[in-house]
Amino acid sequence: MTGIDRTRLPEVGPDPPFSFPGIVRHRLANGLEVRTIEHASVPVITMLLQVDGGSGADPSDGEGLAAVVADMVDEGTGSLSAIDVSDALARIGAEYEVDVSPDVTSFTITTLSRFAARGASLLADMTTRPSLRETDFTRVRQLRLDRLKQLKDLPPAVAERAFLRLVYAQHPYGHLPIGSDAALRRMTLEDVAAMHAAMFRPSRATLVMVGALSHGEMAAIAEDAFGQWREGGAADRVVQRASEIEPSEMPPPRLAIVPREGAAQSELRIGHLSARRNTPDYPALLVMNALLGGQFVSRINLKLREEKGYTYGARTGFDWRRGLSPFVLQASVHTASTADAISDSIAEIAGLRGFRPPTDDELVLARASLTRGYPRNFETAQQVARSVGQLALYDLPDTYFAEFVPNVNAIGRDDVVRAAERYLLPDRLSTLIVGDRSAIADSLAALELGTPIVLPPEL
Amino acid sequence: MTTTTSTTSSIDLPYTKRTLANGLDVIVHEDHHVPIVAVNIWYHVGSKDERPGRTGFAHLFEHLMFEGSAHHNTGYFPPLQQAGALLNGSTNTDRTNYWEVVPTSAIDRALWMESDRMGYLLPAVTRERFETQRDVVLNERRQNYENRPYGMALMALTSALYPPDHPYSWMTIGSADDLRAMQLEDVKEFFRTYYHPANASLVLAGDIETPRAFDLAEKYFGSLVPGPRPQPVAATASLSYERRLVLEDRVELPRLYIAWHSPAMFAPGDAELDLAADILANGKTSRLYRTLVYEKRMALDVSAHQHSRELGSFFLLVATAAPGQTLTGIAAEIDAEIDRMSATGPTDAEMERALAQAEAQFMYRLQTVGGFGGKSDQLNAYNVLRGDPGFFTADLDRYRRATRASVRSAVQQYLRHDARVLLSVIPRGQTALALAGSESVSVS
Repeated sequence: MTGIDRTRLPEVGPDPPFSFPGIVRHRLANGLEVRTIEHASVPVITMLLQVDGGSGADPSDGEGLAAVVADMVDEGTGSLSAIDVSDALARIGAEYEVDVSPDVTSFTITTLSRFAARGASLLADMTTRPSLRETDFTRVRQLRLDRLKQLKDLPPAVAERAFLRLVYAQHPYGHLPIGSDAALRRMTLEDVAAMHAAMFRPSRATLVMVGALSHGEMAAIAEDAFGQWREGGAADRVVQRASEIEPSEMPPPRLAIVPREGAAQSELRIGHLSARRNTPDYPALLVMNALLGGQFVSRINLKLREEKGYTYGARTGFDWRRGLSPFVLQASVHTASTADAISDSIAEIAGLRGFRPPTDDELVLARASLTRGYPRNFETAQQVARSVGQLALYDLPDTYFAEFVPNVNAIGRDDVVRAAERYLLPDRLSTLIVGDRSAIADSLAALELGTPIVLPPEL
Repeated sequence: MTTTTSTTSSIDLPYTKRTLANGLDVIVHEDHHVPIVAVNIWYHVGSKDERPGRTGFAHLFEHLMFEGSAHHNTGYFPPLQQAGALLNGSTNTDRTNYWEVVPTSAIDRALWMESDRMGYLLPAVTRERFETQRDVVLNERRQNYENRPYGMALMALTSALYPPDHPYSWMTIGSADDLRAMQLEDVKEFFRTYYHPANASLVLAGDIETPRAFDLAEKYFGSLVPGPRPQPVAATASLSYERRLVLEDRVELPRLYIAWHSPAMFAPGDAELDLAADILANGKTSRLYRTLVYEKRMALDVSAHQHSRELGSFFLLVATAAPGQTLTGIAAEIDAEIDRMSATGPTDAEMERALAQAEAQFMYRLQTVGGFGGKSDQLNAYNVLRGDPGFFTADLDRYRRATRASVRSAVQQYLRHDARVLLSVIPRGQTALALAGSESVSVS
């Protein structure tokens, strides 16, 4: 070994300087907010149209409506059929994605820069002037009903649905975007048209453009594509903002199970409603979560995977929304280890806020892993567009990226302990199991979480 | 709206390659947009190098590579995470890869650690670590295969496509029995055979000057002792008849899988079948989506993929029946469409569209330096599987050169009715939903 010292690891040098993307804001005459970011590494452009309103805007008897509206967007516009729209996208090699989240719905087109204008005009036609034909609606709805049926076989999806219902009860955040069978069956094309008319308005949307073009070029493309979009008169329906509705004070059940006889593993969700994304405690919560279960080297994964061998992996995180958001642990564990995995998980969560505060090493690791690699989140146009979309979604300042690293590095042990005390409530944790009930029933009794309530795979 | 090839003809992935005295290939690509460097190592070993009774070993071994090495005898993640790295590894039939994306400031640390586990892994492998990782892998198998709807379909398919001694007849995850039977002693021989500089390829891509990258590679890896290059695995497989199988699973809706043998990665016909997959069944514009999902509503989804691999590929078509629809009806539509494609090939419009998509995809692949599928991973794929890291442009040219006639001829030659496996996956107890004449299989 010439020249290498294998007795210790090389030190890491100072963080290399990095300029975060500069955001330029424009506003079209119709009120549409446009944010452009120059990103020149590869001749590619990503355009993201984010519209206020997502699954949290679904009416209580119409769960799944926002997602159907989003689906109908690429089902034809003007004289173009659904197939024609896909053909037009394919001809410019575009990647098209739709994401319906609790607070917003976003439509993303990535294409080669030379097709930017064509991509923008397709995006505008699709989102602002969808055909909304009855035949397409029936087909789209049927596909969603069938998919819902398939989800019953998929333990993570079953767990996701049941857990949201458990912690949010009847609150509008309490369901997945796909909604429910009964609501989808009740839904009509009129519902879709009314929701589209109310939700898709320039004053409710943000267009983010990130690509190998100048700010001026991108703004001009935005104007050409979206300038004709009109606000429209008063809407028939009000788009509900789930973030402004307080969840019920009633504590949810502590233990629930969706039976899945013969399952090789138990799918677990353990958590409770905790914080809002725009809380000033966000950096502290990030550090807290990183060391608890937010990364590979974290208390929960090391315990459940590396020490006990219960699972292929366990992690914790916040399912962020504008409103009160769940903190949740998720893991898929060997059936025989279900009860042990639950009690170890709860003990780790409780430990962090009490007798096992974070150590210096853990804090250093968590802060470093959150901050040192931060620039790699700005490599592709798509990454940047999504991040800027998040700023719009949570009303964060354009300086957010540049302030992220110092803000996280300022978090000390006391901040994490305070955050844990305030936002982790072991007595309020709800545990949801999708698993083989008869195989685990006896061992669950020892957890002292009460008699499990039994939920159907479909809620 | 037209697509031209001229403006994208400059699309390229430049690099410099050198081979160290111990046989390690080192490839460097500079990209200074973000202050990060991707470290990517491929070992030319995968589940194709296993033997019956020892399946799953290559992948289990990959797990051990994260548990520590002689001079860093503890977890591999903490020092790298603390440096702000993202890291992972994966095993497939043909190769095992490991990568880190690190801030430029942490490149020494990443290379120190990668070289330590390449050179000095064994002293750190203990029985306890071995057994824990075996349990983790058994859990991975439960989570991703046993407890997942349709999760066992590929196992049933591959064991029908290949004879039992062909290394593609088992899945990379391995059989649960084989995993349980594995011995710590097997780790040593495996490491000595496959994990050494002469069977590895290292790419550094990103914010680093080429001369410095080579200096660092030499510094950390140059003194590692090479072993003999392993013998290439040779195995062939073919089918001379149609096999029909049925697998019962915990699913709501029946799904049909149709698999054919197809040309190996980069071989003539491979790119054509990739294009044929898009034209036949990928996206709303594809022929089968249009008939099965959009017009006739017989299927919930349909997809096709040319699974390109080193020893020989397979082409797979998958469709899930809509409620009340039969796999028999779906199979008839698929057959009719493949017959049409064999007879007349794709249209000019279909070829233009497929090529526009392929070209854009090649451009999108240049956006990231690291991770699975990033530029560093691609350079290694070309180097290890093709012996030429500069194959990027030639790879794209395979698609540009494809014609209606060459796609038609590949479909004619490979997607035959009389040489394929048809697998019906159906809800338990409802064997009548399978294609007629299907033989029952069970996999575990």
